[in-house]
Amino acid sequence: MASIWRYILAGLGLAALLVGIVAVVYLTLPHSASGPDLSRSKKTANGLFVASFEPERGVIRQGELQSWLLTLKTAAGAPVEGAAITVSGGMPQHNHGLPTSPQATDYLGEGRYRIDGVKFTMSGWWQLHFGISAAAGSDSVVFNIVL
Amino acid sequence: MRRLTSVACLLALAALALLSGCGEPQFSDAEKKTIASLALNTLPSLKPDTTNQYADVPAAAALGSTLFFDAGMSRHGTVSCSTCHKIDRQFQDDLPQAVGVGHTNRRTMPLAGVARNPWYFWDGRRDSLWAQALTPLENPLEQAGNRAAFAHYIKKRFGERYERIFGPLPDLSSVPANASPLGSDAEKAVWNAMPASQQDDVNRVYANIGKAIAAFERSIEPGQTRFDRFAIDLATGAKPEGDAAFSPEEVLGLKLFIGKANCVTCHNGARFTDNAFHNTGVPPVDGLPPDRGRVDAVALVEADPFNCLGKFRDGDESACRELRFMVKDGPQIMRAYKTPSLRGAADRPPYMHAGQFSTLDEVVAHYSKAPPSVEGVSEVHPLDLSDRERAALVAFLKTLSD
Ligand code: HEC
Ligand code: HEC
Repeated sequence: MASIWRYILAGLGLAALLVGIVAVVYLTLPHSASGPDLSRSKKTANGLFVASFEPERGVIRQGELQSWLLTLKTAAGAPVEGAAITVSGGMPQHNHGLPTSPQATDYLGEGRYRIDGVKFTMSGWWQLHFGISAAAGSDSVVFNIVL
Repeated sequence: MRRLTSVACLLALAALALLSGCGEPQFSDAEKKTIASLALNTLPSLKPDTTNQYADVPAAAALGSTLFFDAGMSRHGTVSCSTCHKIDRQFQDDLPQAVGVGHTNRRTMPLAGVARNPWYFWDGRRDSLWAQALTPLENPLEQAGNRAAFAHYIKKRFGERYERIFGPLPDLSSVPANASPLGSDAEKAVWNAMPASQQDDVNRVYANIGKAIAAFERSIEPGQTRFDRFAIDLATGAKPEGDAAFSPEEVLGLKLFIGKANCVTCHNGARFTDNAFHNTGVPPVDGLPPDRGRVDAVALVEADPFNCLGKFRDGDESACRELRFMVKDGPQIMRAYKTPSLRGAADRPPYMHAGQFSTLDEVVAHYSKAPPSVEGVSEVHPLDLSDRERAALVAFLKTLSD
């Protein structure tokens, strides 16, 4: 009787091991195939700046006008001041643009710009494109947001 | 041995549980989350309107209610807001296009939950509930009045009530009987001849009329439906009983609505609207003037002296972000109209901004076929739904009315 119990235990152990291996492989594989890149901080297209994009209040609320912070650093890590920023975007899978026209409204110091008027009216995959012009030159960056 | 039997028993139980579950409506966790987000109990409480300091003053709402039902608030004393927004008909009139003093070009919108809108009218050409109310009052096809006449009328009929809420009325003794910047040529000429301070006095009374009516309209809210009872039971894990139980057809319709048919991308949240503007390829009506929807409304709301950035707003400018950050151009606003709430829709045909479709079957057939728009680009794509799927969607929409 005890032997059957042992088999069951061994089976369970093996299964756990398998799950573990699969999880490790899954977590370490690049995820490009499973959806858009969701990082909130990245190099701009031509590598001029490092941009980070976060909701100012920390959480995203569907259907509400919210302000976000775009933080710009040079590749060397210095804050980017006096940047001219344009904002556009939309939902690539639905073929439509943003429901509002967000703008860079304030410079908050240390390379941080308030992007106000951001609204996501539906769940799904959204993209925000920023055009950035500063002393170092012009560059652009795209952030993906999935609700 | 006992252990083995207990393991076997557990397995058998699990299998049984699975089997018995098969007859029940099955929703994935993602579907359950979406369904919960549509239920009325997730509707947040109404936010204060800082642009209207009387929005939650009961005396203002009471005066607003009187004005809403008062046919005296029109050129010939024949039309009130309630002529078209009928209290026993979800505050609409069942007509393809509204009829006031004349025949209008759009369908009367129902008013449940209206105070929650960022934009008013099918095309969003007004940005607050109180600014909206001022539009039909002077529209020659609706109430056809003029603001000077309204100011005199308020003083004569409701002077005391007005002053208790808004303070002393201005001296109207030298204000002409009929004048408005939007009226007939004669009314315009009289208006333009008035001193600016007098125009301002009249505009102030006029804005307050809107603010009182808005205070009343804030109380018009959607009611609970069969869908909400079903959704609450689903969320709490209770078995929907009685009329809260959905038929297999209604379950299929709900699944399509939030899944394959993509309805929930625009009709989302507890009011089934994203409060945004979309071109859905609804055809224009023969014989009506050209209607390009949102694209022509942008300039109108910007030019409205009663908009959020104008001087009749109470509170500060921080309330005006919708106006400040609105989309002003681009192909997406051509023939774009506001997503209407679907609550109660089954009980109030016809549908769309000019009553283009007379039944829900026609609405769903439109989405299934998704014809291209006559102007601009439709955002909806053909769904090619089967007869059974179309009927299921209609059956689901009806659960938002019972
Ligand atoms: C002649 C019929 C008629 C009269 C009278 C009328 N309305 Fe309307 N109402 C309509 C129509 C038609 C629309 C949609 C018009 C459009 O989009 O151009 C509408 C739209 C509205 C909306 C917008 C709802 C939304 O969801 O955007 C509100 C609010 C409203 N009316 C309130 C009122 C008030 C308050 C009055 C009286 C001061 C009034 N209406 C008088 C027919 C009427
Ligand atoms: C791209 C956004 C979008 C999608 C997706 C969408 N709708 Fe709509 N819906 C709208 C808009 C905008 C209108 C008003 C259009 C007009 O009047 O021209 C509307 C109108 C309606 C109406 C008429 C309501 C009324 O009071 O007139 C019904 C019913 C409706 N939709 C149901 C559905 C169903 C069912 C689906 C899925 C098959 C769906 N909608 C998908 C945006 C959308």
